[in-house]
Amino acid sequence: MDDRVILRVGAKILIPFILLFALYVQFHGDYGPGGGFQAGVIFAAGFVLYALIYGLENVKKVLPPQAVYICSALGVLLYAGVGYVTMALGGNFLDYGVLAHDPEHGQHYGILLVELGVLITVFGVMVAVFYAFAGRRRVDT
Amino acid sequence: MTDHLPVLLVVVPLVAAPIAALLNRPRLSWAVAVAATLWALYVALELLSQTMAAGVIHYELGGWAAPYGIEYVVDPVNAWVVVIVALIGALVAPYACASVEREITEDRIPLFYAAFILCLTGLLGIAVTGDVFNVFVFLEISSLSAYALIALGSDRRALTASFQYLIMGSVGATFIVIGIGLMYVMTGTLNMADLADRLPEVSGTRTIPVAFTFLTVGITLKLALFPLHLWLPNAYTYAPSAVTAFIASTATKVGVYLLLRFFFTIFGATFSFDVMQLDRILMPLALIAIVTMSLVAIYQENVKRLLAYSSVAQIGYMVLGISFASVLGLTAGILHLFNHALIKGALFMSMGCVMYRVGSVRLERMHGLGRVMPWTMAAFVVGGLSLIGVPLTVGFISKWYLVQAALEQGMWPVAGVVLLGSLLALMYVWKVVEVAYFHEADPELGISEAPLSLLVPTWVLVLSNLYFGINASDSVGIATRAAEVLLGAL
Repeated sequence: MDDRVILRVGAKILIPFILLFALYVQFHGDYGPGGGFQAGVIFAAGFVLYALIYGLENVKKVLPPQAVYICSALGVLLYAGVGYVTMALGGNFLDYGVLAHDPEHGQHYGILLVELGVLITVFGVMVAVFYAFAGRRRVDT
Repeated sequence: MTDHLPVLLVVVPLVAAPIAALLNRPRLSWAVAVAATLWALYVALELLSQTMAAGVIHYELGGWAAPYGIEYVVDPVNAWVVVIVALIGALVAPYACASVEREITEDRIPLFYAAFILCLTGLLGIAVTGDVFNVFVFLEISSLSAYALIALGSDRRALTASFQYLIMGSVGATFIVIGIGLMYVMTGTLNMADLADRLPEVSGTRTIPVAFTFLTVGITLKLALFPLHLWLPNAYTYAPSAVTAFIASTATKVGVYLLLRFFFTIFGATFSFDVMQLDRILMPLALIAIVTMSLVAIYQENVKRLLAYSSVAQIGYMVLGISFASVLGLTAGILHLFNHALIKGALFMSMGCVMYRVGSVRLERMHGLGRVMPWTMAAFVVGGLSLIGVPLTVGFISKWYLVQAALEQGMWPVAGVVLLGSLLALMYVWKVVEVAYFHEADPELGISEAPLSLLVPTWVLVLSNLYFGINASDSVGIATRAAEVLLGAL
């Protein structure tokens, strides 16, 4: 890919906007279409594009497989952790109303945190799936 | 804390799964799995005693009121299923330690336990939820993790077996979600109790019978009712031993539970059996399953495959009990859920012990094992007797109620088929016994008894086969209560 100048420069321009758009979809999710799942897929797409243009080895320097592995588990923990906190504060599981003095604010914080958990796990799993397929050199015995 | 038990049953294992993956050390991940399954068992027993004493338990997720939010509902029916799943999980988890180290490469073991706990989470979630879309979500969690677990088998054919299950299972899940979608279109609700209230108004339309049909086919595919069982024999044969023991005793049972929940609680027995005449399709299929699958089992050379075909036949017994749509028939079916979990759990665990020492469960490798592995093979014999339905075992109790239910409706030929099934079971169990006890072992192989960490969980199940076969009043009492709850929801 060294000689494909347009692709290389184009990708460099696009990737920051892809990541930014993912964050927009994430944080605007409670007012408009979107949410953690879509944001996670878009965020992962940025890294996949980078891997397609600059190679798998380079993207693995930025995002080691171990980090991807941790991300996929961490998001679930964040999601369920919010649920545990709401239970500890006296509400039902995932009853965000108890997270702040004003229940309406609590609902906001809760949904943002939970959707962040979804983003992290979906991002992790998407990249892990891509690594698994892209990293295949031969049929394992 | 006790108020939150229905949700803690599901979300504690849900958190344990990523923790097991993050720890990333075989023994640590295993310890997390054991802790999660023990917790699930404790909560399950607590929920069962609460619901038997005080009636139905409701839990509103996120504090949203029932028909709009997701609600968990525990009644004697699903408390019973939850106990079955959690009990088998709590016995398979300690068993898995040694068995899995022998059959799965070390770097995959933490992920194995993560998938195992996720599968448990999914199965418990299906049982405990009172929302039909939530059922679908948990069904996917349990199925996807089950595909991964099966694919971890040491035999390369485990991959194709898992892929076959993936395709068939996805078709089943799609059918179920189509059925749920059609019901949602007609009623505007996903809550089970609310659906039961609103469905009668629209049951005259063409959409609802179509939804019913999609759900029937989808669920019977998941629970492997003949002729939709084709994914099952390979999946059970090539999966790691601990996985076979777990899935064989739980996944199809939860499928049967779904059948009960949809037909009796949601659609109602009148619609399912008088309008849709479900018994006319379920009963013949169940009878064919009992006879043909037992016959196929007799001709198997691989004992895990033999037991897998036997499982399809045993599912026939459960569905047969349900197809009577009477209290006695449902009692027999629900009782056999529990009893068959004990039987097949014990049998597949004893085969896991053989796999551990011999490295194969093909009949030609099992010559004379009765002498070199006496405890393992004794466990198989007792489990086998229970499978046949010899008195003093749980198998006898199931068959007793099933035959009674058939005679109650004057169906002598059906009772005859149940007894014929026992005779065929005797033939395939004897095949293994003959090889293990009446052939000489090859002393050069130096095979010894399986380690205690495998034998103890196996024998706990074997002894409960005997205990609940002699003192069946608890299990029969709960099953009868569950049957009355299901039929009382008319």
